[in-house]
Amino acid sequence: MSKLYTGAEIVFKCLEDQGVEFIFGYPGGAVLPIYDELKNHKTIKHILARHEQGAGHAAEGYARSSGKPGVVLVTSGPGATNVVTALTDAYMDSVPLVCISGQVPTHLIGTDAFQECDTTGITRPCTKHNWLVKDVKDLEKTIHKAFEVATTGRPGPVLVDIPKDIQFNKYSYFKPKKPKKLNGKTHNYYSQKEIDELIKLITKAKKPIIYSGGGVINSGVEASQLLRKLVDETGFPITSTLQGLGAYPGDDNQFLGMLGMHGTYEANNAMHDCDLMINVGARFDDRITGKIDEFSPKSKKVHIDIDPSSINKNVKVDLAIVGDVSSVLKNTIKTLKKEKPNFSKSNKSNISKWWEQIQKWRTVNSLGYINSEESIKPQYAVQRLYELTKNKDTFITTEVGQHQMWAAQHYKFDKPNRWMTSGGLGTMGYGLPAAVGVQIANPNKLVIDIAGEASVLMTMQEMSTAVQYSLPIKIFILNNEYMGMVRQWQELLHDKNYSESYTAALPDFVKLAEAYGCVGIRAKTPEELDDKIIEMINTDRPVIFDCLVDKVENCFPMIPSGKPHNQMILGPNDQEENKITGKGKSLV
Amino acid sequence: MNKARSAYSISNKKEKFDTHIIVVWVDNEAGVLARIAGLFSGRGYNIESLAVAEIDKKLNISRITIVTTGTPQVINQIRLQLKKLVPVHNVADFKREDKQVIFKEMALLKIVGKNGKREKALKACKKFDPVILDKTNKSYVIQITALRREIDKMIVNLKKFGLVSVSRTGAVAMTRGSEIFK
Repeated sequence: MSKLYTGAEIVFKCLEDQGVEFIFGYPGGAVLPIYDELKNHKTIKHILARHEQGAGHAAEGYARSSGKPGVVLVTSGPGATNVVTALTDAYMDSVPLVCISGQVPTHLIGTDAFQECDTTGITRPCTKHNWLVKDVKDLEKTIHKAFEVATTGRPGPVLVDIPKDIQFNKYSYFKPKKPKKLNGKTHNYYSQKEIDELIKLITKAKKPIIYSGGGVINSGVEASQLLRKLVDETGFPITSTLQGLGAYPGDDNQFLGMLGMHGTYEANNAMHDCDLMINVGARFDDRITGKIDEFSPKSKKVHIDIDPSSINKNVKVDLAIVGDVSSVLKNTIKTLKKEKPNFSKSNKSNISKWWEQIQKWRTVNSLGYINSEESIKPQYAVQRLYELTKNKDTFITTEVGQHQMWAAQHYKFDKPNRWMTSGGLGTMGYGLPAAVGVQIANPNKLVIDIAGEASVLMTMQEMSTAVQYSLPIKIFILNNEYMGMVRQWQELLHDKNYSESYTAALPDFVKLAEAYGCVGIRAKTPEELDDKIIEMINTDRPVIFDCLVDKVENCFPMIPSGKPHNQMILGPNDQEENKITGKGKSLV
Repeated sequence: MNKARSAYSISNKKEKFDTHIIVVWVDNEAGVLARIAGLFSGRGYNIESLAVAEIDKKLNISRITIVTTGTPQVINQIRLQLKKLVPVHNVADFKREDKQVIFKEMALLKIVGKNGKREKALKACKKFDPVILDKTNKSYVIQITALRREIDKMIVNLKKFGLVSVSRTGAVAMTRGSEIFK
């Protein structure tokens, strides 16, 4: 008879065999056997969060910056319900998470026991799959299956709910046969015929654009290199979604900047006027498309995606290629090289008019803003932060709101996995705990959370986690004392009725930093900003940076609600010089 | 001036709705029906009827037949979203108008009243293979199998003959000839 292990031991054996190094979690009654077992497994380090939501976001940050699945451990009832936001966030942004939750003993399930909730019922719509383990015999295969589901195909969160008696019960452990490769080849459903079709479209296009998304990042570092190669081989312009930033260098001339609601003028106009759109691993989200009926009316649309259900969901496409981005791009480049050697040169004249048009759009300088000598403009703060950190392989996380958009617009990424932001769900409070996870995965790197003062207060307690594990994360707060994006929408759409969007009674962030045992820095004027940022970078401890910015600055450009790409509101500069904004405003 | 005070765009497009029958093969495990039903409610798809039962005890497979309505795009989404669920093995979908597919619903009808009326009720059901499952001197329980709209009609018709209670299943479906669903 083989050796018998308790359920709790089996959990750790599974985690060890999956190569897990860190778990983010919070103990409680229904997971105590697992926490008791922790001491016997030295290769696995537990990071104690201050709230289960924080543990979840930290695991997301860990996963997105390392390419490995994040593991979360929480107790039953409130532990499980608190992690729901993080699971939903991971589900929307395709982040691989494995959440293990404790549950009341099987004989108490359904009796409204203390800290009981229907965890699998609650998390069913926000996970790829979940399991309630009712027999210790099923535990091992369930956990290994959970890792497989989380990491293959389009990645996402999964949850394994383990009742307390199962954690005590004993059974043998068999090693898994062979660890599955991440994003295995089994998800490619395309044929060479479709690649040939794509090449045909590429060679015919007069106004092409490549629109890349988070799928490129999820496909691995190789996919980003292949994307760069494709852009180079074709000479096509490229734009990116919020989640795709970093797959292509942000400062490259062929890059048009981010597209969508707060995307650049050139990117959105190019999307609207193009005759060929190649969507690489993006999902035609409503923040990207604007008014769907008038979305890019003249183009042939190609969609490369690993998830068949993304195809034709929001936008009907002409050519769908279902597969892993790396594999599709590799084949595309190979075929293009074979059939049209030196394509970028021979095709130059074909698309030169298109590039001229793009240059014209660029001269609008849609990311421009009126700088000030008295107050710090938030855009200026992000730009200075970028200039002072760009040579350091910096990791950026964000919260949600104006600061997030300014970060996306003005911070130029040149590597994948350096940009962690909550795009799909738009979770305020994501950035700080995510930064904790990023720093765990990248111990010697500079990790900055570009934050807003409202968002960051939602998960501020995780500063305690950062201090406990000596994680020198930098919380760079663009403090305008408003929920800025809410305020902006109220200004533009609700007649400046700033209902409940002013954050009164804010804490003194410098003192708050000190209370947490980290460092507080405040910048009040543009003049002192650089020195303070340098001071922050040089501090080898967690820092809360309170950057007092202009209170009423709006985030432009902007596609207002229900408008197509070519009807953008530009910034205040534009408003004064020609009356486009006036017209744009009446369209809102 | 038309002010759209929304963070989302509103589509004015009206597309035609088709009725489709979707057949799903799933692992017969706890919560699987909730997953399927939750997918439909969560994504705003319709369910007109749903029938489910285990069809293979050894392989532990259940077959779910769902009648739904939606635009072609929505129907396609339903199929693809269902396929993504871990316990789902296979999904087949076809239009209600498809001549290659038979689909049937069963209804149990309780008729209470005088003999004459009950006989009339039975006669009215004639087209739909009525079977008398229970008989007393006051009542009949009649089983009929028919299409959904035929049963709808019968229910209205039989009111005057003393119909007091109706119980009906969702539709189940099978292809004609030697072909099977793939």
